[in-house]
Amino acid sequence: MIVVTAVDIELAVLVLAVAAWTIAARQAFPAVVGYVAYGLLLSLVWVRLYAVDVALTEAAIGSGVTGVVLIGAATRLRGTEAEAAAEQPRAFLRLAAAALCVGMTVALAAAVLLMPDPAPTLAPEAVAHLPSTGLGNAVTAVLLAYRVVDTMFESVVLLLALVGVWSLAPDRDWGGAPKFPRPAGQDGVLTFFAQLLPPVGIVVGIHIVWIGADEPGGKFQGGTILAAMWIIAMTAGLVDAPQISRCWLRLVLVAGTAAFLVIGVAGFAWAAGFLAYPEGYAKPLILVIEAFMTLSVAATLGMLVGGPPQQELRR
Amino acid sequence: MSVALNIFSIIAIAAGVFFFFAGSVGLLRFPDRLTRMHALTKADNLGLGLVVLGLLPRADSPLGALKLVAVWLLVQLAGATVTQLMARAARREESAPRSSP
Amino acid sequence: MSAATLAGLCGAALVGLGLYGLVTNPESLRKILSFNILGSGVFLLFGIIARRGAAAGLAADPAPQALVITGIVVAFSASALAVALLLRLFKETGKVTLGADPPTKSPADGTGV
Repeated sequence: MIVVTAVDIELAVLVLAVAAWTIAARQAFPAVVGYVAYGLLLSLVWVRLYAVDVALTEAAIGSGVTGVVLIGAATRLRGTEAEAAAEQPRAFLRLAAAALCVGMTVALAAAVLLMPDPAPTLAPEAVAHLPSTGLGNAVTAVLLAYRVVDTMFESVVLLLALVGVWSLAPDRDWGGAPKFPRPAGQDGVLTFFAQLLPPVGIVVGIHIVWIGADEPGGKFQGGTILAAMWIIAMTAGLVDAPQISRCWLRLVLVAGTAAFLVIGVAGFAWAAGFLAYPEGYAKPLILVIEAFMTLSVAATLGMLVGGPPQQELRR
Repeated sequence: MSVALNIFSIIAIAAGVFFFFAGSVGLLRFPDRLTRMHALTKADNLGLGLVVLGLLPRADSPLGALKLVAVWLLVQLAGATVTQLMARAARREESAPRSSP
Repeated sequence: MSAATLAGLCGAALVGLGLYGLVTNPESLRKILSFNILGSGVFLLFGIIARRGAAAGLAADPAPQALVITGIVVAFSASALAVALLLRLFKETGKVTLGADPPTKSPADGTGV
């Protein structure tokens, strides 16, 4: 039996307080900043739950990249809060909503407290089949071996989201490049940062993908770091955002899903079926998928942060 | 030997935590944006540096120790850059006349 | 009570908080924020299931963890798409809410593009 430590209680209180503040804050920009802090605190909770893979993902994607997108939006929508506040529901409705939400929380809390004992678990099975995958990290084994179809469709979801974002471009900008806002008056501070950090960040990103086979890490976490380096370089103006009609960009974006499909269909011929790995070749095939997925994740996240194209197509 | 190292760790980490505490108090108490950022820099540079120093003898390998130092250096780099950008933005906002809300 | 149960209760409260923000805040950007908080509360509920399933030398069941990692990435995709839609809405109509009756003001307002 693990007893609750002061750290856990403090973390839970902090997470709830920051979440409540994020929802109650009057203006959008401070709310978004609160949300980023909330995400980082939440990843500490995940560490306390011994789910380090999830903690890395939450910090990198849930807090980091989502934060960048939301901060960009809050900046562009600055000053619209007053008008929107007029549409706030009446006190009676808010009270009713609060009652509903408290009821929801109580029901979920009851479910948490009444969970079956002993808890159902797939951990023994996941560990039992680890040797056949050649991996050391059971979470990576679930993502890329046992439930690899989920991960393939996840890569499709990322692509579909990007297609959705791109399709919001006005006709005249179709095929052009997205615009990354350049902070004014930075006098080279950002440029210096963007020159110094990416060499380190690229090494760290690839390192996290590589150790993901055996230790916490993986393509989403590492790919997000690579995406962050690209975003910093584009924001500082060191590299141009690519035009979305570029052939290389589209190839990189679909590389991960394509690797899944090729290896998956080949599974019919050399193994038991779709996305089944032949005996003894699981690890190399997983590494091939991870390598392509890392590229795709990095490119897709970078382009999702950029938003729809806003500059006319240059030929 | 291990007792001495443990005492060293505890002292260094406690000192680091103190700097974080001081930085947070500064963040809450100081009057304007520039001084508040100044307070935070102390926590980042000295506080985290001392925590890392305290953790170094506990790293399981030289590579792990190197990673800890790398984390400290990266936080310093990011902190310095972001603070610069925020301070410049704050000064520009102060010098520019408020045209629209 | 264990640390995992505390995290689960925290997740339940986050779902309630997020739901309240989603229902009552008229601003679409704040709705996206609230939805993300709701989602992370649900993820935390997965976290307690994973932690309780600790067995076979693992500190947590890997299957719910993998589901949460997938969920975080999908939540980001959805948020990015929602933000893009919202920014386009703002550009076209000057509105940041999805009120039931959009043309409440006279068209001579000049808020369009």
